[in-house]
Amino acid sequence: MKSVINILDLSVEELQKLIDTANDIIENPQKYAEICKGKKLATLFFEPSTRTRLSFEAAMYELGGNVLSMSDAGTSSAAKGESVADTAKVISCYADIIAMRHPKEGAPLVAAMNADIPVINAGDGGHNHPTQTLADLLTIYREKGSFDNLTVGFCGDLKFGRTVHSLIEALSRYKNIKFVLISPEELKLPSYIKKDIIQKNNFEYIQTTDLQSVMPELDILYMTRVQRERFFNEADYLRLKDSYILTPEKLENAKKDLSILHPLPRVNEISVAIDKDDRACYFKQVLYGKYMRMALILMLLEVL
Amino acid sequence: MNIDSIKNGIVIDHITAGKAMEIYKFLGLENLCCSVAIIKNAPSKKLGKKDIIKIDSDFDVDIDILAYIDPDATVNIIKNSELVEKKKLKLPEKITNVIKCKNPRCITTTEQELTHIFKLTDKQNRIYRCVYCESKAK
Repeated sequence: MKSVINILDLSVEELQKLIDTANDIIENPQKYAEICKGKKLATLFFEPSTRTRLSFEAAMYELGGNVLSMSDAGTSSAAKGESVADTAKVISCYADIIAMRHPKEGAPLVAAMNADIPVINAGDGGHNHPTQTLADLLTIYREKGSFDNLTVGFCGDLKFGRTVHSLIEALSRYKNIKFVLISPEELKLPSYIKKDIIQKNNFEYIQTTDLQSVMPELDILYMTRVQRERFFNEADYLRLKDSYILTPEKLENAKKDLSILHPLPRVNEISVAIDKDDRACYFKQVLYGKYMRMALILMLLEVL
Repeated sequence: MNIDSIKNGIVIDHITAGKAMEIYKFLGLENLCCSVAIIKNAPSKKLGKKDIIKIDSDFDVDIDILAYIDPDATVNIIKNSELVEKKKLKLPEKITNVIKCKNPRCITTTEQELTHIFKLTDKQNRIYRCVYCESKAK
């Protein structure tokens, strides 16, 4: 029995199998419509996240399974002081698989160590969110047909953005990726990620504060939000915030087949005018997230 | 300075000068009833100066804890006043309930009965990370 807590819990072969399954689900949804009949997914969300929870629930329903959902952590047994380990043991008696979101880092791992059923980490604080990375990977694969030989730009908050860290980790297992890291000085990629992943694997990389200067090189542009609360003073935030807002003008020098991704929610870092551009992939990315969650549920339940 | 030699026991030698008390604490040597000698800043050809701990009983030293605190130390087993074994230490792959995670966002800070586990992630720089939140051990 396997759980997925970190994207690196999945081998490159398993990732490819998930991508192939997701693609097959997209092509032949009827084939999968009742494949999980009689199976139950428990969504244990100890902090609010409507979209991820709905994505998991939609995934299970589209596989013909059922969902046990905890609507509000404030009224659950956790509010009475039950440990994550005990919750996992109890839910193992009711469900076949768990998707857990928790504000504390490592909570889904504790659940996986104690549950008798597979556990999927649906986000643990600012730590891991592997199914978001699965959505990102399927989007890149469907747009580009492969992960090799791509120039991938990450723009915005590279310091605290967990989705950025996970995607860099996941991509570092493929060949000849060039990373372009675009952020204000204050929000640069942490040095341990640069050192332990990018430099250790001898990937080419550029670090810059200027999005437009590197735009023509990019095959993928992964946008993130520059959040006001990350800055020590308001003046710095106001000085920098507009540099990392993607507008149609900034795309003038971009490749015609650039793919723009964003983990969402967006606030103002991508102009709404770009939504109509064929290069905008962020809403497709949401849909692909559901298909990858379907594929992951199938893999962990060993249905396929 | 003279300290009696041991008949049956353990000598932890080549301890980095200044680390003897830390090792004493982590190994729980204060709970022993036998004689325990701590020699600090002893002259050493290899290290310049070193600490030594002599334990006058067949104490089962937790090699993993010792290796985590001071991997350059050596453990000498003495039987009938003779050196019968000299153990070289190597960094343990995993340490359990030796140190605690300091990350306030880690699940171990709220669930008190969890086992504190750290894994060796960078041998060269001796970096251990919490298995739950991946924070570096401090």
